[in-house]
Amino acid sequence: MGNGAKKFMYVNRRAPYGTIYALEGLEVVLIGAAFDQDVCMAFVDDGVFQLKKGQDTNESNMKNFSPTYRALGDYDVNKLYVEKESLEQRGMSEDDLLELTYEDEEDDYKEKPSIRIVNKEELADLMEQQDVILNY
Amino acid sequence: MAFEIGGKSYETDEEGYLANLADWNPEVAGYMAKEDDCDLSDNHWEVINFLREYYEEYQIAPAVRVLTKAIGKRLGKEKGNSKYLYELFPYGPAKQACKYAGLPKPTGCV
Repeated sequence: MGNGAKKFMYVNRRAPYGTIYALEGLEVVLIGAAFDQDVCMAFVDDGVFQLKKGQDTNESNMKNFSPTYRALGDYDVNKLYVEKESLEQRGMSEDDLLELTYEDEEDDYKEKPSIRIVNKEELADLMEQQDVILNY
Repeated sequence: MAFEIGGKSYETDEEGYLANLADWNPEVAGYMAKEDDCDLSDNHWEVINFLREYYEEYQIAPAVRVLTKAIGKRLGKEKGNSKYLYELFPYGPAKQACKYAGLPKPTGCV
């Protein structure tokens, strides 16, 4: 990553289906990944449902795009912050989320988890550090 | 738009990508390649099959950078570079190979 890289955070606040925001947001992240910026994603409010495991969209006639989150590691997007309070309010924990990993090129391609659970204050600090924040 | 092979009609979008993923079969790939004056070799098929597997797993067609890296990992360094892939698919490895594989155009590809 060059010195000119900016820090981008994509904030996801909505449930995966019902609106197009989650899917569009994910596509923008995948497209933006080509530009070699320092990208992370945050999942807050109903956005935490996007990472829920075992999604089944058969009866809603929508494409289940949750497997696509597993490709993020290939695109060097490996910092996915999930807000602890949002999970708790929805009766969820880290165990309810997809297992997302990436290979760390600097550490002999070891597989490491991409999801990091952070609380409100930690997330606020992370937001403070960004150059650009985009909301979906 | 549409084309026909052996009496069966296949619907495509305006750029020639297959409209229904499930319609795909190897004959479709062969037909599309022939239209581009391209003879499919085993090396082409390796990439096409790889793309189909990638799509099956992740529900997206990978960007060219991701494809190159993944091919290198799977098939070896001598194949995981853009020179090799562009020689096989001169119209752009992701774009052209995805078309033959019956996948939509890669996300972010213009």
